[in-house]
Amino acid sequence: MEVKPFEAIVREHGAVVLRVCRAVLGPDEAEDAWSETFLAALRAYPALAPGANVQAWLVTIAKRKAIDVTRAAARRPVPIPELPERPGPETARPGEHDGLWAALRNLPRRQRETLAYHHLAGLPFAEVAVLLGSTEAACRRSAADGMKKLRTLEAEDLR
Amino acid sequence: MTPDTLDMLSAGEDVTLARLHARLSSAAQEQDLLDVAYTVMPSPVGELLLAATPAGLVRVGFGIEGHDAVLAQLALRVSPRILEAPERLAEPVRQLEEYFAGTRREFNLPLDFRLATGFRRIVVEHLPEIGYGSTASYAALAALAGNPGAVRAAGTACARNPLPVVVPCHRVVRSDGKIGNYLGGTEAKTALLAMEAAA
Repeated sequence: MEVKPFEAIVREHGAVVLRVCRAVLGPDEAEDAWSETFLAALRAYPALAPGANVQAWLVTIAKRKAIDVTRAAARRPVPIPELPERPGPETARPGEHDGLWAALRNLPRRQRETLAYHHLAGLPFAEVAVLLGSTEAACRRSAADGMKKLRTLEAEDLR
Repeated sequence: MTPDTLDMLSAGEDVTLARLHARLSSAAQEQDLLDVAYTVMPSPVGELLLAATPAGLVRVGFGIEGHDAVLAQLALRVSPRILEAPERLAEPVRQLEEYFAGTRREFNLPLDFRLATGFRRIVVEHLPEIGYGSTASYAALAALAGNPGAVRAAGTACARNPLPVVVPCHRVVRSDGKIGNYLGGTEAKTALLAMEAAA
């Protein structure tokens, strides 16, 4: 069985993990979560079973790191200001994905997670359920609700 | 599969990923998780892959070997914890650039010979004794390595030298005057010998 150099793992899966982290955490904290995910993956990589689903493995680590990053953010002494109902231009950050993140952060975390792990990472709902400690039906419903709300919010944003 | 409404999450991704990759390499190195660092440099004998462990330069790979194949071999024989980390190879790159520019005759680098074992390693370690611009026969190399009868084994050791160019197996030629085989191809061997003869 051929062992891939870890560099190949970063190249193949780096983008998907970044999208997942962005969807769950937003653009800034996503970078911390991505870094922690790949560092933990590098550490564990030699022991990964041959033939394992690498993307699912990475997404599982990313899920754990997203929780760590959220906790670390919650412990920060400076309180994050309450988000306005509709972010004004002064709070908008540069970058094209911000419109979408502005919409995504209006979603409950569970909906963002199901969208990220199913639609972006490609995990079947059965695996998303295991990852989130939920049921397949509930995850399916969360993702559908999230997608519906996202489309509504985006439609409202069209000018 | 991705619903188009989520597509925008990939915006600006390449720049971000390049930055995150550099951050990963440096964190990996700090935590002793970067077992093999590599980079690819241009050279007159084609693109060279340079790989280093914390002990030193461990592999120089020619383009015709297939860099992916070289990395797969390193993953198997050294460690799969491999990242592209050019900053870790800055010194070997600098010395090779000087060599190819004709301003360096010897390399002064920590070398990790772990990919050559047994007699092959002994042979490879004696290769630097063949000076810049000169050549030796496989028989002479076998003698240098302390086993004059092991001419064929000396040839195999050269053919599998993990650190070509830096450890000069290109200076070993057949006693009938023919140039002999080379990991980087006969053309590369001819080019290196011509370059050294002209300098």
